[in-house]
Amino acid sequence: MGDAIIKFPTRQPKKSRFGRNNIVGYLFISPWLIAFILFGLIPMVVSFGLAFTNYHILRGWDFIGLDNFHRMFYEDRRYWNSVRATVKYVIIAVPLRLVFALAVAMLLNTKRRGVAFYRAAFYAPSVVGGSIAVAVMWREIFAREGLVNYLIGQFGQESIWWLGHPDYAIWTLILLAAWQFGSPMLIFLAGLKQIPGQLYESASIDGANGIQKFFRITFPLLTPVVFFNLVMQLIAGFMTFTQAFIITNGSGRPLDTTLFYALYLYKRGFETYEMGYASAMAWVMLVVVALLTAIVFATSARWVYYESQEGK
Amino acid sequence: MMNTENHSAQTIPYRESSQPRVPWLQRKWMRTILYHGFVALTAIAMIYPILWLFGSSLKGSDEIWTNQAALIPDDIKFDNYSNGWKGFGSITFTTFYKNSFIYAGVGTLLTVSASAVVAYGFARVKFTGRQFWFGVMLLTLMLPIQVQIIPQYIMFNKLDWINTFYPLLLPRLGGQAFFIFMIVQFIRGIPNELDEAALIDGCGKIGIFFRIILPQLKPAIITAAIFSFYWTWEDFLTPLLYLNSPDLYTVSLALRTYSDPSGQTDWGAIFAMSSLSLVPVFVIFVVFQRYLVEGIATTGLKG
Repeated sequence: MGDAIIKFPTRQPKKSRFGRNNIVGYLFISPWLIAFILFGLIPMVVSFGLAFTNYHILRGWDFIGLDNFHRMFYEDRRYWNSVRATVKYVIIAVPLRLVFALAVAMLLNTKRRGVAFYRAAFYAPSVVGGSIAVAVMWREIFAREGLVNYLIGQFGQESIWWLGHPDYAIWTLILLAAWQFGSPMLIFLAGLKQIPGQLYESASIDGANGIQKFFRITFPLLTPVVFFNLVMQLIAGFMTFTQAFIITNGSGRPLDTTLFYALYLYKRGFETYEMGYASAMAWVMLVVVALLTAIVFATSARWVYYESQEGK
Repeated sequence: MMNTENHSAQTIPYRESSQPRVPWLQRKWMRTILYHGFVALTAIAMIYPILWLFGSSLKGSDEIWTNQAALIPDDIKFDNYSNGWKGFGSITFTTFYKNSFIYAGVGTLLTVSASAVVAYGFARVKFTGRQFWFGVMLLTLMLPIQVQIIPQYIMFNKLDWINTFYPLLLPRLGGQAFFIFMIVQFIRGIPNELDEAALIDGCGKIGIFFRIILPQLKPAIITAAIFSFYWTWEDFLTPLLYLNSPDLYTVSLALRTYSDPSGQTDWGAIFAMSSLSLVPVFVIFVVFQRYLVEGIATTGLKG
């Protein structure tokens, strides 16, 4: 077949095809579009409305203006406990996770034998990370008579009630999150593979040491990937629910130190059925997550390096 | 970093002649041993808790306390599995596994097939508003589900669908934004020539999807299916909201009830049932590791 024949028909029937393309296009995306409107858009609009009511699933609703927000910010101490717990968790767990992910990715960015096996081992905790089984396991590991206390008992130390102590309980959850650095690790690894080896070779000739190479070459070239991981992990961190729900048995104990925002929202919405209040909480969460993402995006121009900038 | 330092020691030739004896720490075999020693130890530490869980599930009721840290029991027993399988309230884990396989199986099938269809529409059909809707779809990736679940619950409650699988499966008919995005990226990498050739032969957009694109989507579909299965298998919040009667519990829900600290004290059985629930996940992980790694690396899917 000649070239002319291949190029011919795509251009020609443009006018008649335009209308048809619209029909076919919307036909193909209709499953998503319909589901989005029914299960995404309408619930969001309703949720926004509910935020200004005292809706209770059995008692119905009254419009109460900004009362939910007033209660949240000025009266509800547990609300602030949950904010404090979540912020502490995100601020510590997300950077830890990313540092581990980058460190291990750099270790595994080599052509040595056995790397595929190591990669699988480091990723394994993340594969099962969201499961109830692992959360249950974690609870048993840090239980009063659990593995950790058994191990420190071998060294003659007195056992600690990890999950019952207000200073320690949240650290078990932070550790659980830090342990699951597999996904950002694989994304970092893919990013590291993109960095041309010649850069390191010429840096070596110039006498650069490992630390200089990291801060002058590896990290700057990796900033787009760091940025992406940071945004995704921040969002995921704020929405952490299952692990806290299982490990504290849905209580947020001790003293609300593990009462994550999503957990408190669940308790208000589905335990006491204060769904208006819970909706207001959800919208505050949405605004905060959106603001944070916007801040990360806005500051990204200062520290994220994109290759296309070179030409400017 | 490791291998580049390695490089520098070797590629500068004068060093070898002027300093014939390389310090022992910089010798190649020494570095190899140090590397493998360090990485292997760290890797073992990483998977130790999981191995410990499996090991403990095989310990007898005494050994679970007396030999708590060991990975391999002195005396391997399967009692925990038979005890655990009995479940609670006269409902065995057979029921819970059946429910989980329905949810994860049907759910994955719906999610992935819908995602492929929608992805084709976004990737290959030039319709008005395409970029707008694609942008909206990407935005939903960042949306906390908390702004949707309450009205969704009210709606499904009004429809009297609590304690059915409809609230779990129906929303999946629209696919999932992550997978749609991933498959769109994949389709964009498929050359257009085949589409055009099929167009000449009188094939419509729908025909092109089924005859040309779909057969080539296999890797993307496998990756999407794996992740969809994982997330559904491990999903906890949705079943927690909608499945209240124990005979509808998925494995995740059942494990939570079964391991409730205020009731159950048979740790061996809890470990056994927890281990068992991870088996499907690990089998898929081992068989399809390549797809998983590529899927995360190329699209940034969370694991």
